[in-house]
Amino acid sequence: MVQHWSDRLDASFAALSDATRRGVLDQLGRADASISDLAEKFHMTLTGMKKHVGVLEQAGLVTTEKVGRVRTCRLGPRRLEEETAWIERYRKLWASRFDELDNVLEELTRKERVDGRKNGK
Amino acid sequence: MKNPTMVERKSERELVVTRTFNCPARIVFEAWTKPELFKRWWVPKSCGLNLVSCEMDVRVGGGYRLVFQIDASNSMPVFGKYIEVTPYSRLAWTNEEGGEGGAITTVTFEEREGKTLMVMSDLHPSKEALDAAGTGSADATVETFEQLDELLVTLGASA
Repeated sequence: MVQHWSDRLDASFAALSDATRRGVLDQLGRADASISDLAEKFHMTLTGMKKHVGVLEQAGLVTTEKVGRVRTCRLGPRRLEEETAWIERYRKLWASRFDELDNVLEELTRKERVDGRKNGK
Repeated sequence: MKNPTMVERKSERELVVTRTFNCPARIVFEAWTKPELFKRWWVPKSCGLNLVSCEMDVRVGGGYRLVFQIDASNSMPVFGKYIEVTPYSRLAWTNEEGGEGGAITTVTFEEREGKTLMVMSDLHPSKEALDAAGTGSADATVETFEQLDELLVTLGASA
């Protein structure tokens, strides 16, 4: 169960690491679209867009359905998407806290060195 | 180059954050347990909250209380008790502002060759509590890494 979870999340993070793919999700959040619509909108080849959609589909963020000759994309299981988004928000909050903490630690380390020299250690 | 912050949902009830710091554990521990240091990093400048007070009695059974000013007329207290305090290696506390059944936070510091691996776990009483935790604090807007980088460059220049 837990392993499944982290695999799913890894796939989601990988899928979300690309600006075009985030754009595609944003677009599909407004309306379903065919792969060729998306390719046109993002100025990409059909093959390139198929690859991006494939990654999103693997991560469960998008589902596609072929009707006749057109493959329509829509947002996948919403829950996972929300879950992923909030974990990422949480991660960013901590990342910014810890980046600030780095500054504090650097200062303390420097101070310790200076004090150490003063005390002739 | 900043060390990466990793977040993983270990189980339905537990969320774990890991990060490495480039200094010995005692220094990291100090920054987590001295209020004057703690309040310098706990609230990133970017999240628009103002930490107006920060009291920490870091010993088993001692309490902590942080008060955030949200706007002119609203403040939000965050409080709980320390349940484990082992200098330089381990801290654990309760989160009581939400009433009964808050999460237990455990932080461990492990020193290796002058660097410290920190693992922080939030254990919630139920899956629902963890799910809900994600929606509350997430409203605090956290800027993109680009903006954060700029901020750090500024801080670095003025240091």
